[in-house]
Amino acid sequence: MSAASEPVVELRNIVKRFGSVEALSGVTMTVRHGEVLGLLGDNGAGKSTLIKTLAGVHDPDEGEIIVKGEARKPWTPAAARDAGIETVFQDRALAPQHSIVTNIFMGREITNSLGLLRVQTQIDEANRLMREIGFTSKVFNPESTVGTLSGGERQGVAIARALYNQADVIVLDEPTTALSLTETQKVFRFVEAVKSSGRTVVFIGHNIHHVWDIADRFFVIDRGTEAFEGAKSSFTGADHLIEMMHQLAETGSADTSSLLEPA
Amino acid sequence: MNDATTDANSEDHRTEQSQWTLFYRKNGRALNAFLALVLVWVFFAVNNPTLFLNPLYYNAFLFSVPATIFLTTSLVFVIVSGELDLAFPSVVGAAGGVFMYSVVLGVPVIPAFLLTMGFGALIGLGIGLIVVYGRISSLVATLGLNFFILGIVNLLAQGRTISAPEAMNSFGYTLFVGKWHLFDTTLRVPNHFIWSLVWVAFCYVLFKYHRFGNRVQLVGDNTDSAREMGINIERIRVSVFIVSGVAAAITGALLVQMANMVWFPTSGKAYLLIALAALFVGGTPTWGGVGTIFGAFFGAMTVTLIPSGAVGAGFAGYWTDFIFGLVIILTMIAHRFSGARVR
Repeated sequence: MSAASEPVVELRNIVKRFGSVEALSGVTMTVRHGEVLGLLGDNGAGKSTLIKTLAGVHDPDEGEIIVKGEARKPWTPAAARDAGIETVFQDRALAPQHSIVTNIFMGREITNSLGLLRVQTQIDEANRLMREIGFTSKVFNPESTVGTLSGGERQGVAIARALYNQADVIVLDEPTTALSLTETQKVFRFVEAVKSSGRTVVFIGHNIHHVWDIADRFFVIDRGTEAFEGAKSSFTGADHLIEMMHQLAETGSADTSSLLEPA
Repeated sequence: MNDATTDANSEDHRTEQSQWTLFYRKNGRALNAFLALVLVWVFFAVNNPTLFLNPLYYNAFLFSVPATIFLTTSLVFVIVSGELDLAFPSVVGAAGGVFMYSVVLGVPVIPAFLLTMGFGALIGLGIGLIVVYGRISSLVATLGLNFFILGIVNLLAQGRTISAPEAMNSFGYTLFVGKWHLFDTTLRVPNHFIWSLVWVAFCYVLFKYHRFGNRVQLVGDNTDSAREMGINIERIRVSVFIVSGVAAAITGALLVQMANMVWFPTSGKAYLLIALAALFVGGTPTWGGVGTIFGAFFGAMTVTLIPSGAVGAGFAGYWTDFIFGLVIILTMIAHRFSGARVR
């Protein structure tokens, strides 16, 4: 795991300003192929600006975005998606009154030349995608209404949709916030399945324990810039990471000399 | 974190749903609308069986119901997308005028009808563009436009009603509103009723099995999400007004022919509340995202049946509004049982 694999997305010296406020002041972050990168940071640290930059919602004022070795400009939501980055935002992802299958194919319906939906093809494909991430159950099928699903299952729908859209990198924005333990475990299973299919996940969370359990590497942002990063093996345990986060919150910097494998 | 208070090993308490439960979940609102129609009919029929079992009674019903069917089913697209259209009555009147003037100027009935449909699409496009790119609430915008369009029509017509009785001998007239006896009964089926069934089938496929209808529903359910997944929200929102405009134009051209080729500029006015009531009785909820074409069809039949049916059942005319209101409220409650909004 510690063997550095290929970078799939590189953000270099990203600066993003909103009027006179500098939300990101030169962030450099690398997402490596096949890893689960945990993105941590306090409220207002610049986490959400960073995610939106990754998703193409924000085009940075300065800095470069390199996907698979290629600098991308202009950087828009469509460009991010074409580059294989799919972002699942917390609340805005799904149409709750519609079926799982309708949600998976939202905006990319499988139709014939007249625009009529290929209903059975979509159901079969949805079944395949749901099996791929272990998102199956006796109580729902592709035709079940999303609004009747639990919070974790809804993340499953969003992740299955990202897979259909051929994403290499799936960015999950707070996927376990407000979820129970059982539901969180479900989301973890989906993430594991995505990872074992050779794809990359960026996992954003408030709850450090959740992120610790699922991520291979951690990137901590503070006041618009990188505070520290490290592979899971650099820490003695979750407590070590939490202690560093506390230190960061109290003193404004964390002592990186305690990391076992300095980045 | 209060996450830990939930038992990690708790079982999934939901049970597998039977086919019937699922069928009702998906179609409950249309079934309720059908049930409402049947109950209203049975209630009337019990009071006056002789009249309601006589096919002759339904001649007037089949003659008048298509206008409401065209308008109500097209409104499903508008309401489901999250918009509201109150301008269709004026489009009905304006389109009737376009149809009438074309015929008076010598255009044969069928091309004049197609021309009128084109006019409806164009005026729907205009309304849609004003609502979407003017960033005005569709309730307010179409309320204003209804007066505005009707005002223009009145100014142009100068209070005249126009007629062209000679066109009643044309093939086109027979094709659109001609009548024929069903088997050997006294029931005479008007062709425009058949055309309204064709329209319902068209709307059903468009709404349920076409990419367009699918996207109308998604835009109404979660606009942000639809936008993020690359759906052109603005195009969908403008398009629903085109559907409504075309249906209003068809209605306008039919009303002219149903009145023996006479045009009244205000012919659409009476349908504003009728069509909206039919839509909601038909089970399409106000909040957008979901709706039912068949429900709207049944709703249109119900609201058409009530006024004449109440009188036929022996109620004095002043009971009509009361029964009308009662049916609307009771069906709303029934729809509530078949599924509240899921978020």
